[in-house]
Amino acid sequence: MKLLTHNMLTSHVKGVTKGYPLLIKATEVKVSEEEFNPNFVSRMIPKLEWSALVQAADGLGHLQDLPTELIADYEANEDFLRKVHRVLLEVEVLEGCLQCPESGREFPITRGVPNMLLNEEEA
Amino acid sequence: MAIHCSRTCLQYLIHLAHDNVDFRLPEIMALLSLRGKQFDPGENFEEKSPFWRLNGLSEEDVKSIMARTVCAKSAFELWGHGRTHSELRTSLLKYPTENMSPFLQKDSTYKINVYTFNKTLEFEDRIKKIDELEYLPFKGRVNLKNPKHTFSLLEDYGMDPNNIPETPLYIYFGRWISDGQRELIRSHSVKNRHFIGNTSMDAGLSFIMANHARVKAHDLVYDPFVGTGSLLVACSHFGAYVCGMDIDYNTIHGMGKASRKNQKWRGPDENIRANLRQYGSEKLYVDVLVSDASKAVWRDGVLFDAIVTDPPYGIRESTRRTGSQKDSVNSVKPFEDYVGDSHVPVSMAYHLSDIFTDLLNFSAHHLVIGGRLVYWLPIYRPEYCEEMVPLHPCLRLVSNCEQTLSSHTSRRLITMEKIKEPEETDALAHLSDPHFSVYQGHNAFREKYFSGISKRMLTGKEETNKIANGGE
Repeated sequence: MKLLTHNMLTSHVKGVTKGYPLLIKATEVKVSEEEFNPNFVSRMIPKLEWSALVQAADGLGHLQDLPTELIADYEANEDFLRKVHRVLLEVEVLEGCLQCPESGREFPITRGVPNMLLNEEEA
Repeated sequence: MAIHCSRTCLQYLIHLAHDNVDFRLPEIMALLSLRGKQFDPGENFEEKSPFWRLNGLSEEDVKSIMARTVCAKSAFELWGHGRTHSELRTSLLKYPTENMSPFLQKDSTYKINVYTFNKTLEFEDRIKKIDELEYLPFKGRVNLKNPKHTFSLLEDYGMDPNNIPETPLYIYFGRWISDGQRELIRSHSVKNRHFIGNTSMDAGLSFIMANHARVKAHDLVYDPFVGTGSLLVACSHFGAYVCGMDIDYNTIHGMGKASRKNQKWRGPDENIRANLRQYGSEKLYVDVLVSDASKAVWRDGVLFDAIVTDPPYGIRESTRRTGSQKDSVNSVKPFEDYVGDSHVPVSMAYHLSDIFTDLLNFSAHHLVIGGRLVYWLPIYRPEYCEEMVPLHPCLRLVSNCEQTLSSHTSRRLITMEKIKEPEETDALAHLSDPHFSVYQGHNAFREKYFSGISKRMLTGKEETNKIANGGE
């Protein structure tokens, strides 16, 4: 699971109102080099919840030099876009789980794939 | 007297393949709109014809369309056309020589092809037709192997293979610009794909869907019923980043029984990511999830550029969603090919009408403005009417193309475009007339699909009994 995806997922446990962002509890994380595409990163930035991204990266120990606040005029700032690219697409949680911040319910991540299915009582 | 035209006054001839005929116009229109251009056909436009003349385009526009289309075979800069060779000649002599001469230079090489639609022509006849064009001012040398410029004489012998005329109904002559992407149908064939399932989408149709959805580079595209990822393969081919979801744990993880004839179990390299890797687009793989498309796992504000999907019809794979025991009317038996714990606690029949209302509502909330939803809608043909296509106030219906599956069933590729953000007061997805909801009731489509078959079987049995009993 990449941090881009984590930024978009929320807990849908019945009755939960503050299910975002999910907490990441990772037992295996992989960092791999992916081709940098400034256009894509630039287009994704306005759709991200910035603080959730920073919190997630930090929680995994991969924050590095990513700014904690979104900077202005990022479209032309290749340096900044590269930092965002690294966090969004190069850090992958292979094993672990996502935890609902309100109910504590855990969604397992296996072989990089989160399982968001709920049981009948929780749905 | 030749009148000088600017380059945009030129007409371009598109030669289309004669399959998926209903899907061609929406594909070409979608690709034109990516260039900001309208579909502007020449007079006497016939959608079913394999030859379309288009106005108002530049050569760059045409090349861009041909770089994407799987419906069109080739495109030509049209120099002349007519119903007879005499008309063609008149037309060609009217074409401005200054538009011709850059391609007929003394020091360049060329080749002329003859193409006949709906007729086979002997080699000698082809040569004769080329010789008839001697009035054209070709100054260069012929080079059949590697010419600098290629020209085509295209003859249309109509669309009735049982009634082929002696002489062509229409003739075109033009300079070849570019071929389409029909080679993708072969190169990305599901037959050679690492990871397939029973319902993997055929390559040609998956590229058509990506084109109908106007998928482009740097987009983020989502498939809520991703299965084996065929649609993600096509969308990533055009440069989009892709993600998907499926309720079936085994399919997402590439486990369980294989779909190939001589293979029992899936190999370790069989999953969606491996498919993208096979075609060189792994860098565009974002994620796939195991989840229930009817549940709200994406937060507010998540926006996709396109949603491209083939929802389950409830025939070859069951339609399922998670739900509580008390909601499920009948007990549902587990589907055939699941291995071990499929991680779906209780499978409830996911009523087909709900799949589409959920899909349209989801799209209204999670598409960018101008973004498209492209999906298949299963149809029971004897009862179909346009009012059965689900609508939503935030989505505009762009196209509706039928692919026949059997005498009584077909599926329709529906394309919708988001035109505005949902407001509190907006009605949810609806049918224009609720009376037409054939999907109401427990898997009504599945019932109709199977009832057609069982009726025929029943009739057959009765007939056999009559004969066995020596008739009435």
